[in-house]
Amino acid sequence: MLNRTAENVARATPEPLARKVRGISDKGLAWLFISPTILLLLAINIFPLFWAIYLSFTNYRANRPNEVVKNLGFANYQRILGDQDIWIAMQTTAHFVFWTILLQTLIGFTLAWLIDRKFRGHAFWTTLILVPMMLSPAVVGNFWRFLYEPQIGLFSYVISFVSGIPPTSIQMLSNVELAPWSIVIVDTWMWTPYVMLICLAGLRSIPEYIYEAAEVDRASNWRQFWSITLPMALPFIMLAVLFRGIENFKMFDMVNLLTGGGPGSTTEVASITLKRQAFESWRTGYSSAFAIILFVAVFGLANIYVKALNKVKQR
Amino acid sequence: MKSSLKLALGLASAITASTAVSNVAHAEDLTLCWAAWDPANALVELSKDFTKETGIGMKFEFVPWTNYADRFLNELNSHGKLCDLIIGDSQWIGGAAENGHYVKLNDFFDKEKISMDDFVPATVVGYSEWPKNTPNYWALPAMGDVVGWTYRKDWFSKPELQKEFKEKYGWDLGPPATFDQLKQIAEFFQKRQIDGKTVYGASIYTERGSEGITMGAMDVLYSYGFQYENPKKPYEMEGFVNSPDAVKGLEFYKALYDCCTPPGASNSYMGEGVDAFKSGQVAMHMNFAFTWPGLQKDENVGGDKIGYFVNPKGPGGAQFAQLGGQGISVVSYSDKQESALKYVKWFANKDVQAKWWSLGGYSCLNAVVKDPKFPASQPYAQAFLDSMAIVKDFWAEPSYAPLLQASQKRFHDYVVAGQGSAKDALDGLVKDWTQVFQDDGKM
Repeated sequence: MLNRTAENVARATPEPLARKVRGISDKGLAWLFISPTILLLLAINIFPLFWAIYLSFTNYRANRPNEVVKNLGFANYQRILGDQDIWIAMQTTAHFVFWTILLQTLIGFTLAWLIDRKFRGHAFWTTLILVPMMLSPAVVGNFWRFLYEPQIGLFSYVISFVSGIPPTSIQMLSNVELAPWSIVIVDTWMWTPYVMLICLAGLRSIPEYIYEAAEVDRASNWRQFWSITLPMALPFIMLAVLFRGIENFKMFDMVNLLTGGGPGSTTEVASITLKRQAFESWRTGYSSAFAIILFVAVFGLANIYVKALNKVKQR
Repeated sequence: MKSSLKLALGLASAITASTAVSNVAHAEDLTLCWAAWDPANALVELSKDFTKETGIGMKFEFVPWTNYADRFLNELNSHGKLCDLIIGDSQWIGGAAENGHYVKLNDFFDKEKISMDDFVPATVVGYSEWPKNTPNYWALPAMGDVVGWTYRKDWFSKPELQKEFKEKYGWDLGPPATFDQLKQIAEFFQKRQIDGKTVYGASIYTERGSEGITMGAMDVLYSYGFQYENPKKPYEMEGFVNSPDAVKGLEFYKALYDCCTPPGASNSYMGEGVDAFKSGQVAMHMNFAFTWPGLQKDENVGGDKIGYFVNPKGPGGAQFAQLGGQGISVVSYSDKQESALKYVKWFANKDVQAKWWSLGGYSCLNAVVKDPKFPASQPYAQAFLDSMAIVKDFWAEPSYAPLLQASQKRFHDYVVAGQGSAKDALDGLVKDWTQVFQDDGKM
């Protein structure tokens, strides 16, 4: 196939060049085709990464292009690791990641398990459940901001109707205690269907004969669930947790739209802090160091997790 | 085939010709960059006269306030050629001057006999000078603006409310002269039923993302005794930023937020304030003066129903207001600086400035604002004049952005989130600002 393509390319090219093309090996031709992609990746992914690493050791500020750039060594890193506000932002991020993953996994798996029963109309319900995931985060953020509105929001009205608390007292986005949960609720609403889809794929991949054998052995439904369903779906669940964990660690849009990090700094996750330092305070070198720290943290944790995932898969 | 070829060639020639004509016609078009708000629309209207007079077309690049700084500071930092003229925020002047983004206008002003003495002094210092209080000009004062207050004159004049208020507080319900009075009025209206609707005391700035809560809190803090630095020793902030009076000022702002704002008003700035007032939610409304022409015209709350007052006095009698507004500058990366300077010259003209005011812009030219007819020209004209006489501005240092971000965080953490004390917030602010100036090598 590759040889035929090489022949076609050679035929369409001028003779001196064609001779060279004919002489290209399969491997060479493969490299020829993927090189534009590699170059593009280098330009938009790898180069900025190395550039950010370089900047992280400097005092460079993007709004002062004429200023002399000084090498600060590890001073930016030291300052970040000793900054109490950064650690508070990391704690907020950890809180957000933990609760969203926990809720999304529990609800997502439960929904997948129910959908897998193939009850009447399950296709319709599956489609309906998937709707939030298909919306843009910008739309979702604005939509929920209105729902949470204490004076006219439907959410406040429903809670007020159920609890008897006046709706103006239910200030989901303004109250320090409630604001973090308001984001967890929206993220869970939006991304649980994604976890559900992956779990559903896992459940559907379990061969039917295993359940038939369990039936023969008179295993109870509960026993089948603990001994077959959960262990066999576990790699898929773990994969969903990995994807959502990485995504939520760098969550920005939803938080920015709903609370902007407030009230105060209550919901200021790491990505919001990073944006403020980089594009509002213009501390480019400092924020590059912070971005590298976040990158290393996510990369390191994801690697450890992937090793655990591989072990589970091998069992 | 031949006819198709002819048709194609004809079309191509027509397109080329029309593009060439269009290029010639718009070769001198200037692009003016500003925020997307009511005064910008007035400027579009005003600039039609400039095109008529000079034949130079005007294009406008307006960006919502939330993205205004990000968008245009990025443009300037990347030496972009999008903007020939820019109406940049007052805080940008230091950075724009030091980084060479703006053309220095001293020689041009001298040549065209444009004198800065002809403009309101506070606007010259605020919008044009860097370093401050030196005759180095980087902009022409373009849009005077200041934080002031509007109130529901119709509610204030209800006899039953006047009676109840007098009995409760011992003075006549009217525009407050002090912050204590302002709080009493706000408390009086908070959660009151008026015309069958629950209303609230006041809408104040609480926004966290850009500059909102700083503009609002500073409006109070100045009059309580806050100072940015030791007047005798620049950048010495200890005992000034966090003075006992400044602490009291910040405590007052929090008390006003806690007692008297509408539910959920934890991230409120210009737009949210206007919405709260227009929808009849609040008795008083803190906002920049640029919002006043729009509110005056509003069918529900404007006309006879609205009144205006200057930012009240602090406990010691001091009275200041937060400066807003902008100057117009020529971008140093523009290829059309000559035409851009023509626009600045035209804009400085007295008749143009008078029309600017009549269209809804706020002129900074003495000849306009000191005209005896000016105070009566609009119901808010006197409040604007009085406010402009007491203005103070935020740091205009090249590092204004991290300075602003620090105050946004410290104020919001205390006022809205209730974390720590006012003293903690201001002590923290001294620490943050000291770090910024140390990074800049100024301390």
